[in-house]
Amino acid sequence: MNTIVLKEVLSPSIKKYVIDNPDIAAKAEAGQFVILRIHEKGERIPLTIADFNRENGTVTIIFQEVGNTTKRLGKLEVGDKILDFVGPLGVPTTPPEGKNYVCIGGGVGIAPIYPEAKALHKQGKQVKGILGGRSKEVLFYEEEMGKVCDELHIATDDGSVGHKGFVTDILKELITDDSVQIDGVIAVGPLPMMKAVCDITKEFNIPTTVSLNSLMVDGTGMCGGCRVTIGNEVKFACIDGPSFDGLKVDFDEQMRRLRMYREEEQKVTGCQCGGEC
Amino acid sequence: MPNQDPDKRITNFDEVALGYDKEAATLEAKRCLQCKNPLCVQGCPVGIDIPEFIKEIASEDFEGALAKLKEKNSLPAICGRVCPQEDQCEKLCIVGKKNEPVGIGRLERFVADYHKNSVVKKASLGEKKVAVVGSGPAGLACASELLKRGYQVTIFEAFHKPGGVLMYGIPEFRLPKNIVEQEINQLVEMGAEIKTNVVIGQTITVIELLERGYEAVFIGSGAGLPYFLNIPGENLNGVYSANEFLTRANLMKAYLYPKWETPLRVGDNVAVVGAGNVAMDAARTAKRLGAKKVSIVYRRSEKEMPARQEEVLHAREEGIEMNLLTNPVSIEGNDGGWVNGLKCIKMELGEPDDSGRRRPKPIKGSEYMLEVDTVIMAIGQGPNPIIPRSTKELTISKRGNIEVDSKTGQTSIEGVFAGGDVVTGAATVIQAMGAGKKCAESIDKYIKNN
Ligand SMILES: Cc1cc2nc3c(=O)[nH]c(=O)nc-3n(C[C@H](O)[C@H](O)[C@H](O)COP(=O)(O)OP(=O)(O)OC[C@H]3O[C@@H](n4cnc5c(N)ncnc54)[C@H](O)[C@@H]3O)c2cc1C
Ligand SMILES: Cc1cc2nc3c(=O)[nH]c(=O)nc-3n(C[C@H](O)[C@H](O)[C@H](O)COP(=O)(O)OP(=O)(O)OC[C@H]3O[C@@H](n4cnc5c(N)ncnc54)[C@H](O)[C@@H]3O)c2cc1C
Ligand code: SF4
Ligand code: SF4
Ligand code: FES
Ligand SMILES: [Mg+2]
Repeated sequence: MNTIVLKEVLSPSIKKYVIDNPDIAAKAEAGQFVILRIHEKGERIPLTIADFNRENGTVTIIFQEVGNTTKRLGKLEVGDKILDFVGPLGVPTTPPEGKNYVCIGGGVGIAPIYPEAKALHKQGKQVKGILGGRSKEVLFYEEEMGKVCDELHIATDDGSVGHKGFVTDILKELITDDSVQIDGVIAVGPLPMMKAVCDITKEFNIPTTVSLNSLMVDGTGMCGGCRVTIGNEVKFACIDGPSFDGLKVDFDEQMRRLRMYREEEQKVTGCQCGGEC
Repeated sequence: MPNQDPDKRITNFDEVALGYDKEAATLEAKRCLQCKNPLCVQGCPVGIDIPEFIKEIASEDFEGALAKLKEKNSLPAICGRVCPQEDQCEKLCIVGKKNEPVGIGRLERFVADYHKNSVVKKASLGEKKVAVVGSGPAGLACASELLKRGYQVTIFEAFHKPGGVLMYGIPEFRLPKNIVEQEINQLVEMGAEIKTNVVIGQTITVIELLERGYEAVFIGSGAGLPYFLNIPGENLNGVYSANEFLTRANLMKAYLYPKWETPLRVGDNVAVVGAGNVAMDAARTAKRLGAKKVSIVYRRSEKEMPARQEEVLHAREEGIEMNLLTNPVSIEGNDGGWVNGLKCIKMELGEPDDSGRRRPKPIKGSEYMLEVDTVIMAIGQGPNPIIPRSTKELTISKRGNIEVDSKTGQTSIEGVFAGGDVVTGAATVIQAMGAGKKCAESIDKYIKNN
């Protein structure tokens, strides 16, 4: 159990592991996540379940190497075991009611948007996909998304592939195209991207679901470190989310809370050892 | 009992209370009057035969003393350390009417520690399997009793380490983790199987456990949902629940960051809101982690503080300031969104409330600012909601606790029992153990009658 059975390098800093854990594979639904720890002194970090295969008993994670733990994780190879791997955590996403959807994945957020698009596609809904990233190199899953989307759009900051600009440029076009009405938007990506998406959908009053990546420790409602403000209510992202009504999320607070340990984290990554010291 | 010197202990995480040696224990045991009608026993939630075990100590038969203790309490090394004795056994001790009561808890601790490496026999187990959810004191006590009765026991634990609050909540300086580990290893030696990293209700549901061939299920999932005050500023950076602060420090060993990789920001000036054991633990931990000034903020007076007396005393010795009759109004932050103050109002005691304690009332116009950069909320916690939410068949109280038959501990689902904090709300280690043990007896009856 918890053995890495497949490793793919999707872009220089983004890796995909298929991990054997039949219990989690049996239960996982789109929108849920795992928490893992890779060695005795390691921290617990949450990662979205990017895919699952109930027959083979495997779950897929896709992660971007941004700091100590994800860099260490990236060094593991096929056959290595992940020390602790717990899930599925959180509640599955319940997409807004309707028939026509836009699914937006930004950066490593493409990983979690894929199971959402796949689930909608399976239910026979119309899905338009938008993938975005800095440049061609950091994009992945174009093919997989292509299979579960009725149309797929791409935006890169530098224009190296697809539209030169932001995912929100494309979203706006899709919304203002009068031929189809969009019933719901699901967006996962960096907080500024999700915020920009919600600024647009709010204007057009389109129900929007986002997935929040708050700081977590236990993932079971025990620490309250993952709290987020939704409307006027405080929720715990690990047990009440991580998907929430994007039109109600206090994004500025989330961005600030994610910086809680920035200084401590930089002490580690700043030394260039990748956490070996 | 000797303690580590306050000036020294605030620089380490070693145990504060050093425990009796053989001579001191025997001497203390001889203070017991061996009452025919021992009142102390009525104060112990698991009914330990206190005069008997103390008699064995007095005659230096420590083996015999341990056997007596273990008849009723499978975790004496833990209870001897963390029980609120002054409200339980020692409160009723007859010697305490005129002098210091007999140090029952300290003697219990001595006996358990004296036998640290005693070997346990593997229990002889039958065919029937029982699932225990949660590995806190309730789950451990239930498992121990079931093993003694010959059941195969699997404990499912959400965290990567078993022990519940004993492991992630109560700090090393009060309850060394190797003692908790030892007690858990003994269970494993007896034959318990522990599956960590399984969240019942998410990974596997309670009903699925029954379908997988467990004859009965015990739920001891605890009260792990931290409350907040719902005052402005609670989501500022630098505000923690005590659970988060203590888990990062104890379980994840953040004080060894970056060797241990979980970070924690302690700050220079820390306010801890609340005055129970959890608050004292958070305050004393912050002090050891280098905070220059740590203050307790509590809306009632010293008399009403729910923490164990010893912890309050130790906290004072360690230089923790007590802001009593003081209630937080709001948390203030700087432009970057970091805490820079806790606005408080002074309180006075009015008429007694439902709990019999005098109700604190704010004194108009007495607001003032405590300059702090960290605020830790330790104002209580509710039952963890994962199992209630995922098990529709369970009857749940308005406050979110699992409802059980008070005699048997059975829930609204046949074959599913519950006990400990998830039933009573945050209580004590020994009460949780008592409930776990009682449920094991009911489970035994239930399986035999089926
Ligand atoms: C529900 C959820 C799902 C997620 N899914 C994915 C995913 O599929 N792929 C992916 O690449 N990332 C995902 N993340 C983010 C991922 O958890 C962080 O990138 C990771 O924890 C960074 O750890 P680090 O030690 O490598 O970096 P650090 O240098 O320690 O941190 C970099 C930044 O990551 C965030 N972070 C750090 N520790 C944690 C933590 N314990 N919990 C949450 N965030 C933290 C902080 O904002 C921090 O500033 C998800 C987060 C959440 C909450
Ligand atoms: C900081 C602190 C200090 C304390 N000090 C004292 C003291 O000095 N004296 C005293 O008597 N009491 C003290 N208490 C209270 C005492 O610790 C609790 O009353 C006691 O631990 C309750 O035991 P329990 O077994 O019911 O729950 P817990 O100890 O909370 O254990 C529950 C366990 O279940 C696990 N769990 C939860 N949900 C699931 C799930 N869905 N699936 C699988 N596992 C799950 C949790 O991870 C946890 O390990 C303190 C509490 C705290 C927090
Ligand atoms: S278990 Fe607790 S209450 Fe009972 S005798 Fe021991 S210290 Fe006293
Ligand atoms: S009440 Fe005190 S003196 Fe009497 S038996 Fe109990 S411990 Fe001994
Ligand atoms: S991660 Fe601890 S409560 Fe959500
Ligand atoms: Mg990290």
